[in-house]
Amino acid sequence: MAGSQEKLRENIVNNRIEIKNLSKIYQARTGQLVALQDVNLDIADNEFVCVVGPSGCGKTTLLNIIAGLEKQTEGSVLVDGKPINGPGRERGVVFQQYALFPWKTVLKNVEFGLKLKGLGKQERQEKAERYLELVGLKDFAHAYPKELSGGMRQRVAIARAYAVEPEVLLMDEPFGAVDAQTRSQLQEELLQTWQTEKRTCFFITHDVEEAVILAQRVIIMSARPGRVKEIIPVDIPYPRDQATKLSSEFVEIKNEIWSKVYREYLEVKK
Amino acid sequence: MAVNQSVSKRRNAGNSGQEGVKFWDKIDARVMTVISFIVGILFWAGISSFPQVGAVLVGPGKVAQAFVSELQSGSLYSNISISLFRVLCGFALGLVAAIPVAFLMGWYGLFRNIVEPWIQFFRTIPPIALIPLVIVAFGVGEGAKVTVIFVASFLVMVITIYQGVRNVDPTLIKAAKVLGATDKDIFFEVVVPASFPYILVGVRLGLASALTTLVAAELTGASAGLGDMIEEASIYFRMDLVLLGIVLIGIIGFVLDRGVLFLERKLTGWQEVRKN
Repeated sequence: MAGSQEKLRENIVNNRIEIKNLSKIYQARTGQLVALQDVNLDIADNEFVCVVGPSGCGKTTLLNIIAGLEKQTEGSVLVDGKPINGPGRERGVVFQQYALFPWKTVLKNVEFGLKLKGLGKQERQEKAERYLELVGLKDFAHAYPKELSGGMRQRVAIARAYAVEPEVLLMDEPFGAVDAQTRSQLQEELLQTWQTEKRTCFFITHDVEEAVILAQRVIIMSARPGRVKEIIPVDIPYPRDQATKLSSEFVEIKNEIWSKVYREYLEVKK
Repeated sequence: MAVNQSVSKRRNAGNSGQEGVKFWDKIDARVMTVISFIVGILFWAGISSFPQVGAVLVGPGKVAQAFVSELQSGSLYSNISISLFRVLCGFALGLVAAIPVAFLMGWYGLFRNIVEPWIQFFRTIPPIALIPLVIVAFGVGEGAKVTVIFVASFLVMVITIYQGVRNVDPTLIKAAKVLGATDKDIFFEVVVPASFPYILVGVRLGLASALTTLVAAELTGASAGLGDMIEEASIYFRMDLVLLGIVLIGIIGFVLDRGVLFLERKLTGWQEVRKN
């Protein structure tokens, strides 16, 4: 009895997200637009996966469906074995455009999710401050988003998503709008946070290098209609840092993925 | 330090004269406003000193005299206060009605589809055209004026605030949803604060249109108020009083607008705005 329960639990924990035969079709004025076709993907608990693919391949649609912001046309997405019914705080999202509330201070932004959760003032402030410290912005707690740089804003957005302690973190090209240097820094910080605060991460990017430095598995999506074309494991041990990018192992994987993505990119051009 | 100073000195020397910072760029904005007013009044005094012009456009000195005498007689105070009362009543009612209607329009498609055509229809009618109708319905008392001002400011504000509600960044709504926000949370925590800048723009436009309509309403039959003062003075060809009324209406509008701008800075300082 105890054994079977143990096994059941293991099963659930092992596959945090299960995507089965997922399709998304948009009804456009000119006809049907197949954004996703028959996508199958399992993501393990505490796993870090990156999704790469040419623009318009349905990466964001896939993320939105997992987040519960959009509904699939066919197929199913199970999170912890349960089908998705709208957004939920066990699935945090970090958007490319930061999406901070400009009328709230940094601290109030991070507190917002905790407030919705019903936490008391004291408790949510303590928690928010802890996560701001984690992203190195404790001194900016009372600043408004407009006073921050792009990189700092994204750190606040990450802290806000982390603060509600979601089991799954969905990130849609979060570092797409910051400069290269800040980007590398944010990547390292994210990896550190991921290692201390173990979460399942689903990370969309169009930057192959970013995908390889972050992910345990890189999912290559095909040009429209979006499908999972190939899944490439990245067997480089953590902790990874900027030096990792120079290793031959890294370069090899990166080139392999890049050439495959490039082929998809050519498909789009045709 | 010394090097820095000499560099900045040289830069300044290079800039003054040719390009970049002009000397008038260094003058404080408020000082510039005062200078502008002084020049304007001097210009007014200048052209009114021509007899042909001065007969109609009397000089600032005469207007100031009229101001003092009207103030002493007490009629100025009652005219200003009755006009302000009408403007602020009509405007306040307009704002109180515009906010819920605009939010309902922005939030519920059905409500929007029913109400919007009517608002667009009435918006094209100058409120002044309603005056005869309103006078028949409400008589010539305060109710008539307040009603016309209410209609005018309501229509302007409802459109502006509705635009604000529609313009709320959908990403912010998504961000709130994934943090666990209900519809009620989204409305009060996202939509209302996000459209607040538009409410203030609506207030500015609403006040301006309330003031314009006020004078029109008072010109067509009122026993007191600045518009009535102008109307009466023109019958007796008291151009100093006419101009005094005009200037006072301008000053009231200016002061009210500055007040709203002050509020805007205090309340929506979080907004990202273009510098300069």
